[in-house]
Amino acid sequence: MLPGRYLATLALLALGALAVPAHAATLRIVMENMAISPAEASAKVGDTIEWVNKDVLAHTATAKNGDFDVTIAPKQTIRSVLIKAGTVDYYCRYHPNMKAVLTIAP
Amino acid sequence: MFVRLSIAVAALSVLTGAALAQGAKLTDPQIAHIAYTAGVIDINAAKQAETKASNKDVKAFAKDMARDHEAVNKQALDLVKKLKVTPEDNDTSKALSKQAADKLAELGKLKGAAYDKAYIDNEVAYHKTVNTALETQLIPSASNPELKSLLQTGLKIFQGHQQHAEHVAAGMK
Ligand SMILES: [Cu+2]
Repeated sequence: MLPGRYLATLALLALGALAVPAHAATLRIVMENMAISPAEASAKVGDTIEWVNKDVLAHTATAKNGDFDVTIAPKQTIRSVLIKAGTVDYYCRYHPNMKAVLTIAP
Repeated sequence: MFVRLSIAVAALSVLTGAALAQGAKLTDPQIAHIAYTAGVIDINAAKQAETKASNKDVKAFAKDMARDHEAVNKQALDLVKKLKVTPEDNDTSKALSKQAADKLAELGKLKGAAYDKAYIDNEVAYHKTVNTALETQLIPSASNPELKSLLQTGLKIFQGHQQHAEHVAAGMK
């Protein structure tokens, strides 16, 4: 109805859409032989984590604070985008001795 | 404490002595049978625990054991099929199965917290024994590189299970 405003909104949306991929990175976290590597990783909100499970068993990446809980089937890769900042301790629910830390900058 | 410790040590040396520490070199078909049997034993123990355990960590652990050992055994079956190896029953497998059946019957008589404790303690001891056997006997004896590699993967997984069991056991004291 208001072409000027509509265009401005579109422009903002486009900028927003551009802004995220321009800075977003993809970080690979590998689960192999019952261990998570790297055990300490840093990323930013908007980044994608690629969870790679090389084992013949299912694993999970479960945040202690409840921020995420991803199940990765054997020999599968799952991608998830980080939406919240914080230092997150996470572990595998099936193998609680698999532990790691992900630091997510805003 | 001392009593329990010495019983555990005695049980372990019986298991390793009678069932696993035989001098003769094992063949690949025998090794495959032993590894598969060891998995089945832990799956059966887990199935019993899933119905009998009351502690939620013990129940969750049992579920993890059933899931993982089934996955590893499926891997083992796929491999023997691919290698056209027929797993061969042997004295070690027989002794393991016999001991496991006795243990299952013994655990079956227990209830509640006593059952939980006995199951998890046995899981610690059992994984320790199996890991030692893998490291000192099964892996060094395996000739086929793919079988060796599967056993090595199994060892990593079962070491994880041992730590997990120790952790659950420590949390119950
Ligand atoms: Cu896991």
